[in-house]
Amino acid sequence: MFRFSIALCSLVAAALLIFVSDQVSADGVATLRGEAVLNGQNEAPRMMPFINNDIREARNYPEQPPVIPHKTDGYIVDLNSNKCLSCHARSRTGESQAPMVSITHFMDREGQFRASVSPRRYFCNQCHVSQREVKPLVGNDFVDVDTLLLNRAKQQ
Amino acid sequence: MLNFIRKYWQVLARPSTSIGLGVLTLGGFVAGVIFWGGFNTALEVTNTETFCTGCHEMRDNVFAELQTTIHFTNRSGVRATCPDCHVPHEWTQKIARKMQASKEVWGHLFGTIDTREKFQDKRIDLAIHEWTRLKANDSLECRNCHSDESMDITRQSVRAADAHERFLFTGEKTCIDCHKGIAHRLPDMSQVPGWQ
Repeated sequence: MFRFSIALCSLVAAALLIFVSDQVSADGVATLRGEAVLNGQNEAPRMMPFINNDIREARNYPEQPPVIPHKTDGYIVDLNSNKCLSCHARSRTGESQAPMVSITHFMDREGQFRASVSPRRYFCNQCHVSQREVKPLVGNDFVDVDTLLLNRAKQQ
Repeated sequence: MLNFIRKYWQVLARPSTSIGLGVLTLGGFVAGVIFWGGFNTALEVTNTETFCTGCHEMRDNVFAELQTTIHFTNRSGVRATCPDCHVPHEWTQKIARKMQASKEVWGHLFGTIDTREKFQDKRIDLAIHEWTRLKANDSLECRNCHSDESMDITRQSVRAADAHERFLFTGEKTCIDCHKGIAHRLPDMSQVPGWQ
């Protein structure tokens, strides 16, 4: 009898779960989990390759930290070493032909320019990241300021 | 003491009276084979990853770090073990390195790097040893697998191809000059040329 009631309980629970997940999709609202039930596992999305062509991408707005046009896996940036700076530091750019870290990164919080990258700008991958060939997860209708001005000029 | 040595020297210098020449030469030959074989077997045993990671200094520090790098896991499933990079393959060089390694046994027995903190403090010295060795032998252990002749730079990224063409093929630099810290974490690099 006890075993039977356990089976019944789990059946009811499963039915409830299916009902709940149906509800979610019916509303058109779902989390990143998608349709997966709570105790289930989503199929992991494929890992897409890094863009590694060294072609610089245009920035969407002037203040945007430029994205990295190459792979950076295995590049360690920590207290001991900064792999990025072994090419992008001022003194290294002659040999590496890499773009120099922007001068704004030499500025400390008082606005004083230091000899090299200021500690608060040291962790490159807080702002600059490598890109993968993936479709954006959500839509985006961002237009840059040039397009915005152009559109307004057209309207007037 | 001197008497003792003299007594044994006399035994060794006197021709044998009861053992035949055949037994002596054959016995000597067989014993030689066994000793030489045993020596080489023992040498090979110390040249395995199981042996290297038998000490917690290696297992918990450098071996743990290696496991996150491309020399341990990669798309083709070929991997480097400790001696592939850290022990010369050629016999004379190998024996020389093994003799140096006796200092590492000393270090293990007296706990020179038996905690993570001691290891971190010592890491710069240990790293400099390896960089110097690889610089001196033109990155021989790297080149045992990665040879210039087999390196097809058209299959590399533009950046990598350019760097190899300018610095590697001209002989201006050797592998270790640029590829430091590819298999283990780095020490404080602020004093190392080319690093910040």
